Amino acid sequence: MTEHQVLRVNNEVHEFTAHSATPLLYVLRNDLKLKAAKYGCGLGQCGACSVLIDGRKALSCDTPIWACEGKSITTLEGLGSAANLSVLQQAFLDEQAAQCGYCVPGILMSAQALINQNPKPNMQEICTALNDNLCRCGTHIRFVRAVLRATGQLS
Amino acid sequence: MSASVPSLPPTLKANPQLYRWVDFNTQGLVRIYPGKVEIGQGIVSAIAQIAAEELDIDFSRVHCHPVDTSISPNEGSTSGSRSIQEGGEAMRQACAEIRSLFMHAAATKLGVLPETLQVRDGRFLTPDICASLTYWDLVQEVDLHQHADGKSSPKAPETFKTVGLSLPRLDILAKLTGGAFIQDLELPGMLHARVVRPPSFRANLLHMDIAPIKAMQGVSNVVQHGSFLGVIANREELAIDAMNALGKACTWNETPTLPEPEKVAEYLLSQPVDDELLCNVTSSLPDGDIQELEATFTRPYLAHASIGPSCALAWFHDSKLEIWSHSQSIYALRDEIAKLLHMPPEKVVVRHAEGSGCYGHNGADDVAFDAALLALAVPGQPVRLQWTREDEFAWEPLGPAMVVKLAGKISKDGSVLSWQEEIWGNRHIGRPGRFSGPGLLAAWYLEPGIEPPLPADMPLSMGGGSQRNAVPYYEFPVKKVVNHVVQSMPIRVSALRALGAYINVFAIETFMDEMAHSQSIDPIEIRLRHLTDFRAVEVVHAVARMSNWKAQEQGDGVKGRGFAFARYKNIGNYAAVVAEVSIEETISVKRIYAAVDCGCIINPDGVLNQIQGGIVQAVSWTLKEQVQHDTVRINSRDWETYPILRFSEVPEVFVEFINRPEEESLGVGEGVTGIIAPAIGNAVFNAMGIRLRDLPFTPDRVIAAINES
Repeated sequence: MTEHQVLRVNNEVHEFTAHSATPLLYVLRNDLKLKAAKYGCGLGQCGACSVLIDGRKALSCDTPIWACEGKSITTLEGLGSAANLSVLQQAFLDEQAAQCGYCVPGILMSAQALINQNPKPNMQEICTALNDNLCRCGTHIRFVRAVLRATGQLS
Repeated sequence: MSASVPSLPPTLKANPQLYRWVDFNTQGLVRIYPGKVEIGQGIVSAIAQIAAEELDIDFSRVHCHPVDTSISPNEGSTSGSRSIQEGGEAMRQACAEIRSLFMHAAATKLGVLPETLQVRDGRFLTPDICASLTYWDLVQEVDLHQHADGKSSPKAPETFKTVGLSLPRLDILAKLTGGAFIQDLELPGMLHARVVRPPSFRANLLHMDIAPIKAMQGVSNVVQHGSFLGVIANREELAIDAMNALGKACTWNETPTLPEPEKVAEYLLSQPVDDELLCNVTSSLPDGDIQELEATFTRPYLAHASIGPSCALAWFHDSKLEIWSHSQSIYALRDEIAKLLHMPPEKVVVRHAEGSGCYGHNGADDVAFDAALLALAVPGQPVRLQWTREDEFAWEPLGPAMVVKLAGKISKDGSVLSWQEEIWGNRHIGRPGRFSGPGLLAAWYLEPGIEPPLPADMPLSMGGGSQRNAVPYYEFPVKKVVNHVVQSMPIRVSALRALGAYINVFAIETFMDEMAHSQSIDPIEIRLRHLTDFRAVEVVHAVARMSNWKAQEQGDGVKGRGFAFARYKNIGNYAAVVAEVSIEETISVKRIYAAVDCGCIINPDGVLNQIQGGIVQAVSWTLKEQVQHDTVRINSRDWETYPILRFSEVPEVFVEFINRPEEESLGVGEGVTGIIAPAIGNAVFNAMGIRLRDLPFTPDRVIAAINES
């Protein structure tokens, strides 16, 4: 049955009612109205739902909310907004790194998780970090350039 | 006799009222109403750029209204890389006429001659710059409820200030910061829905126990029409639970109706066909030393495989049905839903909202009709239907499997004398509105059940479908091409980016490489001998130069390079590529060089983005992609059973444009996708001497080809 739940997302505490087995993705999108994380497969295979949990990449379609108790969740909305873009978002804008853009929130969160661990990743490290994020439009080349730009490695 | 009316672009002629295209109702902003939809290709931004140019308004002031059947011009479907030619030209002419009307109104009020006015960022200035009026000052003076008449000419290319710049796309910022998609829309009181499909295309529902599903937490409705099944719940995860439970509560009868997966080519070759002669150039061949070659090429069923599964919102209220859809065919979808539901078309409104990239006809239209059926069960309440990953893979129409057989004759001096080509497969266009039968999935499962109609093709003069690029762009003394259109459809198919060009260009450009090799001629040299169009010749030279191509260059057993050329649809853009591969356990594509001539470039970075994407997607098709199935079911239902190219496998891509501002703009969304497979295959031959003629080039096929050689 549904229960009272508490989640810390983007440095705010949110309270809502849901079953504790509910995937984090649906809570973020439907209860908290944070729509950046996307449903892509529900199977943990494509990375469109990527968020940060305690600074590390996690797949929100595959993470029940009971597993988020006491943890700090960051979604793309927590990185920056249209009026106040993060360095990474700005680099994606500068590189026009999107075609359809559906995978982009997941790519951004995976890239942010990488940068949190490794502030100057090289191209191979970027490709390895993003390898579990699928992009169908073929925008990979721009995504890699955008991460290089965000980390000050593009001349 | 009336004076002859200058010709208008076709979609402006069909929607001639100028107010349908542009309004100035918001101070300082111009809102444009393209009839083409954004599907991640950047088209709406490019059309906005054209509007800014013709109106002489800063690009930042241009806002685009998404296509809406209650207000937007009907420009047909957004497909076939035709949007710049159709939608761009219509907007260009409409804006040229609107600018002229405002200029005359400004001149009258300012007491000067119209031709003396300058226009700067929406402001009409007198020659001495002492007086001015803006579009917004003149809104009351100019009535746009009048027809385009073709009397005002768009700007000359040499005067362009906005067209030709790499301006940022209008849609990207929202996509970098949050919810920008149909999947993210919410309506007040919205319910969540899921559908339950049969396990296979022609399965029959034998038994179903609905009662326990209706009793599940949060479930408001279980909907059944024939074997169309859906659930509606107040929370998304509860709709998913109900979908899973309903799936288990159904018993289906399945029969083997699909071809054996290893024998799809044999299946296609053995079916009843409807023959279409595409080209028949004849002449008597000279006597002498002639070599004959033959080869057969195949492609598998391919998925569009959008990252975001299809989604739609529908809301039935006050005897009106409102639908939000990411369809490429907004008006045709509206018409077909109205027809299937026996509603007057004006009572059905379809609005476009952006979905994930579609690359052709995916589940977008089908999910919209599904959502409409479900919304009718809960009048007054909006319903959001999200297809699952499995729904999308198992039920989207697939790009058709095809076979191409070639036979050619070449003289010892390297002249191709005869070209005989036959292709087999379904036609490619199964979009709603393209034939009399319903083109929406759920319609086939409603009582009493309808046989899915066979797809259609466009005529070859408009780019065709299955026969797209089937006729070589080269001049040969004898050239015969026949399309054997297969009259059965065991697997539902429809348009996938480039349609038949994917295999037709693969076959032609691989066979040209085989012809060249048979007479020890350089692969680029043999193309140049048979091309007469100077724009084709120039892209070939350009890619040879940028890749530093050396005549008769040889691979080293591991690495090699291959070349391919095509003019997309034989009427679209020109492109030539060189692929560089390395073969160890698998084929790795290291670099792609591409030279492209797409006429007048509206936005260079936008074109580059489309070309990079088209190349990467085509590398993915070529190395990895085929839909798995057995004789009963589609078995590619997730990303493990339908793998696509990943970051670590993406080649470096180098692109050069030949910009021709004086020429018509030609779409680029699909134009480089056909030449990638043959360039890779020819590179593999160059490296190792093995010829790959079946797509995709899996490791098993490489090993088989090595063993054969």
